[in-house]
Formats: sequence, structure tokens, C-alpha cells
Amino acid sequence: LTEIDKKQDRSPVPSAFEYAPAPESRDVVKLEDRYGLFIGGDFVEPRSGEFHPSVSPSSEEELAEVAYGGAEDVDAAVVAARAAFENGWPSWPATERAKVIYRIARILQERAREFAVLESLDGGKPIRESRDVDLPLAAAHFFYYAGWADKLEYAFPNRTPRPLGVAAQIIPWNFPMLMLAWKVAPALAAGNTVVLKPAETTPLTALLFADVLRQAAVPPGVVNIVTGDGRAGSELVKHPDVDKVAFTGSTEVGKEIQRAVAGTKKKLTLELGGKAANVIFDDAPLDQAVEGIVNGIYFNQGHVCCAGSRLLVQESIYDQTIQKLKRRMSNLRVGDPLDKNTDVGAINSKAQLERIQELVKSGEEEGADVFQPECRLPEKGWWFAPTVFTNVAQSYRIAQEEIFGPVLSVLTFRTPDEAVEKANNTPYGLAAGVWTEKGSRILSMSQRLRAGVVWANTYNRFDPTSPFGGYKESGFGREGGLHGLEAYVRFD
Amino acid sequence: LTRLPVAKTYKLFIGGAFPRSESGRSYEIEGANVALGSRKDVRDAVRAAREAFPKWAGMTAYNRGQVLYRVAEIMEGRRAQFEELIGDQAEVDAAIDTWVWYAGWADKLAQVLGTSNPVAGPYFNFTIPEPTGVAGIVAPEESPLLGLVERVAPALVGGNVVVVLASERRPLAAITLAEVLATSDVPGGAVNVLTGRKSELCPVLAGHMDVNALDLAGSVGDSTELERLAADNVKRVVRNGDGYSPWHAAAFLELKTVWHPIGV
Repeated sequence: LTEIDKKQDRSPVPSAFEYAPAPESRDVVKLEDRYGLFIGGDFVEPRSGEFHPSVSPSSEEELAEVAYGGAEDVDAAVVAARAAFENGWPSWPATERAKVIYRIARILQERAREFAVLESLDGGKPIRESRDVDLPLAAAHFFYYAGWADKLEYAFPNRTPRPLGVAAQIIPWNFPMLMLAWKVAPALAAGNTVVLKPAETTPLTALLFADVLRQAAVPPGVVNIVTGDGRAGSELVKHPDVDKVAFTGSTEVGKEIQRAVAGTKKKLTLELGGKAANVIFDDAPLDQAVEGIVNGIYFNQGHVCCAGSRLLVQESIYDQTIQKLKRRMSNLRVGDPLDKNTDVGAINSKAQLERIQELVKSGEEEGADVFQPECRLPEKGWWFAPTVFTNVAQSYRIAQEEIFGPVLSVLTFRTPDEAVEKANNTPYGLAAGVWTEKGSRILSMSQRLRAGVVWANTYNRFDPTSPFGGYKESGFGREGGLHGLEAYVRFD
Repeated sequence: LTRLPVAKTYKLFIGGAFPRSESGRSYEIEGANVALGSRKDVRDAVRAAREAFPKWAGMTAYNRGQVLYRVAEIMEGRRAQFEELIGDQAEVDAAIDTWVWYAGWADKLAQVLGTSNPVAGPYFNFTIPEPTGVAGIVAPEESPLLGLVERVAPALVGGNVVVVLASERRPLAAITLAEVLATSDVPGGAVNVLTGRKSELCPVLAGHMDVNALDLAGSVGDSTELERLAADNVKRVVRNGDGYSPWHAAAFLELKTVWHPIGV
């Protein structure tokens, strides 16, 4: 630490940043005691007979019991989806199909607060994010793809797109509703039917989405929701009557899925892990860059596949940047996800907390310097303070492995070539950030960074019109935009 | 005494040079001794390809298009040799025309496959295709010339570098094509041609951690195990491809989306 860092570390959190509690009301959410599986337009008892509680990570409160689907349940869902596919969903007049999807978008907007509160309860993310990011974007995705439903022939010049059939979609726990929208919206627009497997720890908003399907009068069986753990996901991927597999999650599981579909005709898209570099040049607008760094890694507790988890700072501005960063981190408010002032919520699960702790421990053992601002973490629930590691070597686990938590690893560079070399030095290639005021440098860095999304002088922006997906071991296929449609069509 | 013709030695094409197999092996086929490539030859070819990647991918699209067009020009000049090898004039015509067709795509792919994205916020946002890197291609057994060109050209045009396993039963046209590539300003290593047993070489190519995409058009028998191996580093696997089209080229392309704020 430099002298100035030490001084900064001792300074208390400025009183201007102490806020009275401002919790969002839970009353808007009405939960059932227990949920079956949503198959063929109805909630049905799981043939597996298995139920487990969905737990709020911020309080360890059991919110509701949720069915864990087994092989028979997955089969029933695929049969229902196949029947809906054969019974006319793809041959509906495309304009009518578009209108049904538009309705979903509108209903999600109307019920946005209910979904946002439930998302924060079940997943632990701050209400500010579920309210301002997850739900508006989820609705926007449905609205965007609704418009494609009756314009598919314009999306692919000189080709005739056809729906694939039954799409098996497995989504993660970090953005449950948004990932649902990314998967379901383009699948429906292209005329497919869906079996969706929400994440084990965040099934509740997907189950509430079943009610949106009812309100929108989506035909029975067009979207089926099988909750459960990895066993249900595995059964779904292996099911012989599935035509398409779309998975968002870890690279490790993604590889297993790619192996599982080997030798079949199933179309596959994978959106996997990342270890994005956020590169700060010495001519960057530093205060903005620090906001971008914080947004890059502490947004959604760092549970973001494209999180800017490696900070690459040009040596000449290293001291200044780290000082500003630590000061900014000291103002992050960690706590109740339903509090409207909260910046960093709860870690999604005990298992994830343990993984973060293990990797942070490895960082300390390998020799990096750790900094955490003072913050009072709630006693119940799973929490991890915003963390930054300095003095990190490229070979450290915290510089190579995806932590998926609020943990930033800082490395330095001298030249643009060195920045590119280091930024690209992982098996991943999902995202990258560049901060500089020099236009030509932005463009050259954007070209040379091997990543599917490059944010220049911004970070963690998403939009339904903007394709998202990875290079290398971060997966293949794109979600969002015109390119996102391609994942759900075949061509004659 | 009539003059004895000088017979050609059919060797591998790696890094712009024509080495024998490092294994020192060969097999007799189509009236010649052809190099029987080894696992190490595959690894050497991948390394040569990776080294050539920045140069080939870094060329302007116009320049890449001209180089591929030149491949057609040089082939045209040597067409008698190809006709003699494969005994099919129409296939030679089609192979040459395939180079011309894909050459023209070099500076059009980004316009057909890229987009400008009207995001709901003050950001400039666009998506462009970029090469995925090293493409491993298993050329079809039939149509030893056209089959190979139809698989290699679309991968190459987008800026990828290629390691191709030639038809096992009819490898000579592939090696003769390599001589064309070697004299067409294709950078050394951008295309590497291996001959040998597919059963021996395909698994090495499929499982290689520095190969980014795998075209199994010419794999013999069940390719399930090759696809499983490809998952080790999440390769983009091309099973049938999209025929004679820019979409086939797109199978070897990544899409990069760049965001920048709009401000004053």
C-alpha cells in the first residue's frame, strides 16, 4: 500500500452515505406454499414425488416448496411440448404468434414490481437491479422478438427459416427472469415450443411466469417449466425428442452438455463462463472508469458471466486508480436486497459462498494483497463483502478462474500490446472493457480483444437488439439481436 | 531410350513448406507413395496455423479476397494437371469457380452478417464477424478436389487458418492444390494439408486444445466420439454445413459486439 492508501483505509465511511432503511414492500408478491411442475398448461404433481424449499439467500427463509422433476417429469414436459408443436403453434399465423408474445411483454411490464420483488427475495439481488435492469430488459426482450415472429423471412436473406421443434432451455440463477426472456422469447418467435429448466436456487419467478402465460393465453404446452436440480437438466439434454438445447451456465457443465449432444442432430448454443478484462489506459476519464470498474465487478454481487473480474490498469495511473477504487468501494452499501439503497445484495447460495471463499483464500495463499472495505454484513443469510486483490500474477487462480462473486483481481500493464496479451490470456472470451479517451485506440483494442462483447468507456450494458455471447470456451451462438434468432431456426 | 519422367514426391504441406511426415511413414495410393501423417504432424500443423493466424486474419478483406482469387488464377493455369489427377473436368471447373465465388465474399461477409444495433440508450452499438481461429477440416472422401475446396474456402475467406485432412483414398489432388496455395500469396501456415489415416488423425485434430472449429464433413463412420473430443475446448462443430453459401462461412465466424456511449 502507498501512504495515501493507508490514509484512505483508516478514514471512516463518510456520514453523507448513511441512509435510513428503505425496504420495498413484499406485499405485492403472493406465493403458494408449494409448486408443482408447469406442464401442458397446468401445474401438475411431479412424478418424482420430490419437493425442496426455495430459500431466500438474504434471510435463509423458506419461501415455498418447489418440485424437483425427474426423468418421467422431463419426458412428460417434452411430450407436451411436442404435442403443442404438432398441434399448430408453428403454423399459427405469424402475426397472431407475434401478438401473443407482445402480450407477454406487456404483462411483464404491468406486473414488473411483483416480479422484481420476487426476484430479489428468491435470488438475493438488490431490488434496484431487479427493478431497473432485470425486469425492464426481460419485457423488452419479449417485445423485440415478438416483432420478429412475422418477419422471419427478412432476417435471413435467400434462406427459408423453419422452427426447430422442441427447445430445451436451461438457465442460471444469476438473472433468472432475464435469462428466461433471452431463451423463451426468440424460441417462441421462431415457432418452437419450450421446456424450460430454471436454476435450482431461483425457480420462483419462472413459476410466476406460468401465470403470465395464462394471462397472455399462450396455448397449453407451448412453454413447459420443469424445476429441479442438475438431474432434471441432464435428463432434458439427453431426451431423444428434443431438437434444440440452449444452456447458460458454467463452462464445466457446458462441456458436459456438448458431449451429451455429440452424435445427435440437436442444435446447440452455449453461453458459458468468463473472466473478462477491464482495461484502463492512462488517458481514461478516471472517475468514470472507476464507476465502470465497480459496475463491472460488483453489479449483481459479481454473479455475472461477463463481470469485469480482471482489472488491467496502466502502470502510470495505478496508484491513483486503486486509491479511487478503494474509496468508492467504501461507499458501497451491502445488505438487504429489498432495500432500495442497497448496492450489493446476498450471495445466491451457500455453495456459491463457499466457492468464493475458497478462491479468495487461494488468492491470499498465492500471495496477492486483499482489501475489503469495512461493512457490517447481516447475521443471517450468505454474504461476501466487496473485495479487491492487488499484486496479482497472471498465473494465480484468482486471475484465471471464474469466481462469480464480488471479487476483483488487479493486474497492470505498460503498453497496449501487453494489455492485449494479458487480457486474452484465459480460455474464456466472453467480454472485455476498454477505457481511454483516444478513439483510434478504442477501435484497435476492440479489434484485438478476443471477446464476444467489448464495452468501450462503459460496462455491463445489455439490450435485446444487441447480440451477446462468447468466443473460445465462453461458448457459441448469440442471444439477442437478429443473430439470436438463428439459434432457433433451421433452413430448408 | 525414351526419357524417364520425373515422378513427384507427395509430401505434407505445413507452415508453407513441404515436409515428409515426421514419422517417416508413407502409404501407397493412387500410384504414388503418399505421406502417412502422424499425431505430431497434426500438432505441428496446428502450431503453424496458429502462428499464421494474425497475419491472415489481419489482412484487409480486399487483400484476402485478391489472394483467394489468385488461387483460382493459378489453378486455372495448372488445370491439366488436376484433370489428369482426378479425371473429371467438371470438378476442376467447379473447384476453380468455388475459389472465385468465395473470394468475392471476403469484403461482403461483414456487410451481410454484421449489424448495427439500435439499443434503447445513448450508445453506438454494432456487431461484426471475426474469424474464430484455427479450423480443423476433415475433407470428404469423394470429390477429392472440389469437396476439399468447398470446405476450405469458406473457412479461409473469413480470416480463419486451416488444418485440413485430405481424402484418405484420393489424396493427390489435395497435395497438388497445396502447391497452388504455396504460390498464391496465401501466407505460409494459413492452410496446412495433411495426408494419412483419418482414423488415426481425426481424434488428434478433434481433441486438440488449440483448434477452435471442427468441420466433420469427411469423417468416416460415426463421428460421435470426435464431437465428444471437440467439447474439451468448446469447439464450434460443423456437421453438414450450409452448402455453398456465406452461411457456411459464418459457421467459422465469431460475432463481436462493441458498445460505446454517445455523448458530447
